[in-house]
Amino acid sequence: MAKIILKGVEKRFGDNTVCDGIDLAVEEGQMVCLIGASGAGKSTLLRCINLLETIEDGEILLDGEDISLPGLNPQPVRRRIGMVFQSYNLFPHMTAAENVMLAPRRVYKKSRAALRPEITELFKRFGLADRMDHYPDQLSGGQQQRVAIVRALAMKPEVMLFDEITSALDPQLVGEVLDVLRLLKDSGMTMVLATHEMGFAREAADKVCFLKDGKVIEEGAPSALFDTPKHPDTQAFLARALK
Amino acid sequence: MTKTNAAGKTRRQIYEDRLRRRSMLIAGGSTLAVFLAVVILVPMAPGWDRVKASFFNWEVFAKTFPKLLEAFKLDVAIFLWSAPAIVILGLLVALARDTRNPALFPLRILGAAYTDIFRGVPVVLTVYLIGFGIPGLGLPRPWNSPYIWGSLALILTYSAYVAEIFRSGIESVHKSQRSAAQSLGLSDADSMRYVILPQAIRRVIPAQMNMFIALQKDVALLSFIGPVEIFRQAGVFKSLLANFTPYVGAAVIFLAVTIPATRYADYLMAKQNRERS
Amino acid sequence: MSRSALLSAGVLRPLGLDNAPLPKHVLTKQFKREEFTVFHKVIAATALTALTTSAAFAAGHCADGKTLTEGTLTVATGNPAYYPWVMDDAPESGKGFEAAVAYAVAEEMGFGADKVTWVRSSFDQAIQPGPKDFDFNLQQFSITEEREKMVDFSSAYYAAPMAILASAEAKDTAATVDALKALKWGAMGGTTAVPVLMDTIGPNDMPLLYGDNADVTAAMQAGQIDAALFDLPTALYLSAVVVEGSSVIGQFPADRTENPDRFGLLLEEGNALKTCVDEAIASLTESGKLAAIEAEWLQETTGVPLIK
Repeated sequence: MAKIILKGVEKRFGDNTVCDGIDLAVEEGQMVCLIGASGAGKSTLLRCINLLETIEDGEILLDGEDISLPGLNPQPVRRRIGMVFQSYNLFPHMTAAENVMLAPRRVYKKSRAALRPEITELFKRFGLADRMDHYPDQLSGGQQQRVAIVRALAMKPEVMLFDEITSALDPQLVGEVLDVLRLLKDSGMTMVLATHEMGFAREAADKVCFLKDGKVIEEGAPSALFDTPKHPDTQAFLARALK
Repeated sequence: MTKTNAAGKTRRQIYEDRLRRRSMLIAGGSTLAVFLAVVILVPMAPGWDRVKASFFNWEVFAKTFPKLLEAFKLDVAIFLWSAPAIVILGLLVALARDTRNPALFPLRILGAAYTDIFRGVPVVLTVYLIGFGIPGLGLPRPWNSPYIWGSLALILTYSAYVAEIFRSGIESVHKSQRSAAQSLGLSDADSMRYVILPQAIRRVIPAQMNMFIALQKDVALLSFIGPVEIFRQAGVFKSLLANFTPYVGAAVIFLAVTIPATRYADYLMAKQNRERS
Repeated sequence: MSRSALLSAGVLRPLGLDNAPLPKHVLTKQFKREEFTVFHKVIAATALTALTTSAAFAAGHCADGKTLTEGTLTVATGNPAYYPWVMDDAPESGKGFEAAVAYAVAEEMGFGADKVTWVRSSFDQAIQPGPKDFDFNLQQFSITEEREKMVDFSSAYYAAPMAILASAEAKDTAATVDALKALKWGAMGGTTAVPVLMDTIGPNDMPLLYGDNADVTAAMQAGQIDAALFDLPTALYLSAVVVEGSSVIGQFPADRTENPDRFGLLLEEGNALKTCVDEAIASLTESGKLAAIEAEWLQETTGVPLIK
């Protein structure tokens, strides 16, 4: 069974329907890329999966369990699903290491001393060993985004959601963050990305979904979707995006 | 290569030096002119001698100042025990107003009503009503002390303002910070305590400092219900000596405390604005 | 007659510890009135001596051109003005001790009742520098040497002993200084009651001081103070009308304060009208009119025990 299954997910902000009956399946260890114009509903869909937004209709299943059940405590679910944001959202009053240790300390009640070796390993793995005790404003955008990823990983999630995490970066910093994603994929992490990096999606994704106006217009293997898009909307979007 | 003169300055630096000298001359000249005008013209006013004798009487000043200073200790003491209570209560009210938990909805309404009421009533009225009213219910001594209930009036009033400032600070922290905290699985309480509040509090420190400067001044309102702090002590001297100079002495003491504090708050505010831009 | 003349004659001696004792027969009304007559005769005599060069004592001429508004006498009193000094806060009625005194002084100076205008003023307005909006101001202003430096006072129109108002719980306190020390004290901050309290009783606890009589009584009703010091007529009024269950437990005897508080009309420093006002008061004293006014409005001040 798929790790995550979305069935007819609907999300409205007032009269504005942002997700309009979305169906999607993400297999264990798969990397799924959501592409589409801004406002197509990619970010909102990720926020719904992480229960940062409640959905009006439909179901979201994690390991077959309905996590979109109204009234469900979202906190245990969120521990299993990590999320990284476009604007990093590091906590500016804490060092990189404190950012990473906060949630394990509070949620898993681990001490700083117990966490330190573990997270030092993570920082090393992502090339941040000498940045642990820096504050966010002392780090470059790429470094901040990598710390944000480490912060999410420190909770040992089963799934990671990435919301256009390279969009705010200077072009020369995008590569270092994408390298981290490749590293994660190799380690077998289940990942869902909203992204504008078409090249990366094509090269690394297992599945690509094209969203427009809150609907999944077309989905498939990257080679199929990028090379032989069937739907005219997909063709038009790719023509613009790959120009 | 920029041409430099003998002093090693570029022509831009020479030009700016000249500008700076000129503006300093103008500023110095106009300050001196205003100062001379005040010093020469005010004493020429027909009533100056009477005003001087009533407000700036050195003999009276020297005689009353030490006792005013002594009385000011009471103001400081009242300030010192009220301020921590204000911080705590203000924070609790701000949190109550921010709560999303429906079970705590009454608390939220209460918080809103509380800040509306206590910000809407002149402090001196609150001091009277609480300072005389609650002890009037028949509390035994020492629980009916005007120090207790007067301080409580100040605490309630100032907590309302301080709560609103805390709340504005909490709201100024971007929603994405809360999202990030929640996405990590932190509880709402932990998100508030470890992520939102530390940032919010840091942002509102200058504004809160201004509140506490105002508090130090408003401590004098407790004199209405009995405590002989500096304002009352000055009033007693004023009555006995039929002279307003003790009030000037009291003002001098207040200024000695509030001016450095105000300057410091302004400095913090400016520093924060620089950092944020 | 100059102020310094009055001072040297011992008439306007300032209130304080160093004052000589008041005769003991101030105790009863009859004696008290007699004492007053004696007292005022001294003023009159001093005035007359000082006035040997000014034979013209004719009322009405003295004040010519010296009042704020020609032909009118503008008198100020407190806002509000209290019983028994002014009845019902309406000085125009001439009812109440100070209202009656004001009209009597006016008449003595040649102003009929219709020529008297009333204004209200606080103590602060009375002492602030600059021109005043009144010719004289009466609201139980005690004459003190220090106030004399800033404003002028007429000779005294009344001498009030200080008295203790005690709350219902404290009214059985013995009227001895030792017993009184232990009480929680209050007083009106802007009055001569404060130095009297500190000097003669010296309470163990710092007294609480208030802005006006109403606040002192509110504190007493709230149980925050046991006792407060007022002039005797005010204390009696507050005890009878305002503070339920309270009682005037004592007044300061002759050997504690030489002079009771002396009330004078307050005038702007250097006001030319002062001579006329002093003459008027001297004349009222001599004719017994002042004593009659006092008898009419301040009757119940007898029978209050002395503090030992």
